[in-house]
Amino acid sequence: MADFDAIVVGAGCAGSVAAYELASAGKSVLMVERGNYAGAKNMTGGRIYSHSLKKVFPNFEQEAPLERRVVTERVSLMSPDANLTIGFRSDEMLKEGQDSYTVLRGPFDQWLASKAEEAGAEAIYGIAVESLLKDGSGKVTGVRAAEDEISAEVVILCDGVNSLLTAEAVGFKTPEPHTMAVGIKQVIELPSAVVTDRILAVSDDEGAAWLFAGDATHGHIGGGFMYTNRDSISLGIVATISDLMANSSTPIYQMLEDLKRHPSVAPLIRGGKVVEHSGHMVPEGGFDMMPDMVGDGVLLAGESAMMCVNLGYQVRGMDYAIAAGQMAGIEAAKALDNGNTSKAGLMGYQQALEDSFVLKDLRQFRRFPHFMESTSRIFNEYPALARDVMNEMFVCDGTPVKPLRKSVMPLVKQVGLLNIVKDVRGGVSAL
Amino acid sequence: MTEFDIRDNIDAFLAANKYEVDEEHAHIELVDEPSDDEFDKLIRVCPGALYKRDETGKRTFDYAGCLECGTCRIACGETIVQRWENPQPSMGVEYRYG
Repeated sequence: MADFDAIVVGAGCAGSVAAYELASAGKSVLMVERGNYAGAKNMTGGRIYSHSLKKVFPNFEQEAPLERRVVTERVSLMSPDANLTIGFRSDEMLKEGQDSYTVLRGPFDQWLASKAEEAGAEAIYGIAVESLLKDGSGKVTGVRAAEDEISAEVVILCDGVNSLLTAEAVGFKTPEPHTMAVGIKQVIELPSAVVTDRILAVSDDEGAAWLFAGDATHGHIGGGFMYTNRDSISLGIVATISDLMANSSTPIYQMLEDLKRHPSVAPLIRGGKVVEHSGHMVPEGGFDMMPDMVGDGVLLAGESAMMCVNLGYQVRGMDYAIAAGQMAGIEAAKALDNGNTSKAGLMGYQQALEDSFVLKDLRQFRRFPHFMESTSRIFNEYPALARDVMNEMFVCDGTPVKPLRKSVMPLVKQVGLLNIVKDVRGGVSAL
Repeated sequence: MTEFDIRDNIDAFLAANKYEVDEEHAHIELVDEPSDDEFDKLIRVCPGALYKRDETGKRTFDYAGCLECGTCRIACGETIVQRWENPQPSMGVEYRYG
């Protein structure tokens, strides 16, 4: 007889939801979190798309510590001396189940973990799982933590992007640097009314999301991001590790300081105080880097399974983690009912993922990571081209004007018309 | 060795973070004589600016300000990062915002 029906490693989006579902199904669950509280070791950009959370907690809007609902999207092509921004807002973005919220993981994860605990899951904090227990056949039978051995019929690994356990669980090899990005973020405190005014919102419940390509990473693969919280701004950079480590003369933390000084960002954070400086990796390799998500006696969900999609204009991870955590919890409970938590007995989880948007999306975008990695013009030539074309349109110095066609075509030719056509086609086919 | 474009010191930002530093135990360890090329990679990627080289060329690494992202493990886990473990129970960074 095992100590628990299930052990969940990690109390993030995937872990707390998996534990919640298992406990709600009447199973005994232990959730082991290495932070002193849920979220203590976690970081997001960040914004969560609400659809999958709503399926688990239909009233989350009233309960969860959300920062602001995103009502404005901005995407920029940034050069050192200019910035072209596309802004978008629409009623569609605001409909229930289609909306998104900025969050901070400290408060958010604590709320999510409390839901699991209220449902009956036991949680221990401040202890990392050091290794997995296995029986003679190699089936995972529990965890070793702080010199204790705790057994369970099934172990669900939700221990994040830097999991040190997935190798043992399913033979996952340490990801290659070109499949991973490093994220850096500062939380910059400002009065909520100031945040509201600076994004031209009408209330402190309304927020903005802003992504930057180009100079934010000094032309390297990646981008900058800005999300408005209730009384702070999350500002950061994500950069692909292989490209950054190979030849950048500017370290990532210097890039962030430079982004803070860029004339299009500086006014937003003026007078703000940095209250936290954080780092977190982002799995960007997509479907082709994902590990097996089912092993003998073990499931993987969330970032430990590399569930993330970064399209440059849309960055998603938490909604996948919540959906996967829910499926892992439900399917593990079924396997427990059937008395079979072998790999074959747990395959309902794989099927559920295949049938859902989680693996459908990751398959759909599987070619996108390669497109981003091989199209450095997005981060260099295109922001410069955008600047030059806009300068032609908006700068007026009294010299006789040329027809736009004559002033713009040479700029386009510098980049190469064929290159542009090729990149647009590449991008469209990878989406 | 790369000439880096570094104009800011971010120590004050790290000082705003909450840490419980494990003085007894380094959770990240480098090999004895790390190559300059590999060390340069870590200078570029570490979001905590923990890998440094001073004007005299002396290299330092201080795990105390670690943000526990794991980037150095991915960048140089097969070269100069010899060991990468989670800090001991209840130790390390504690994100209040995250």
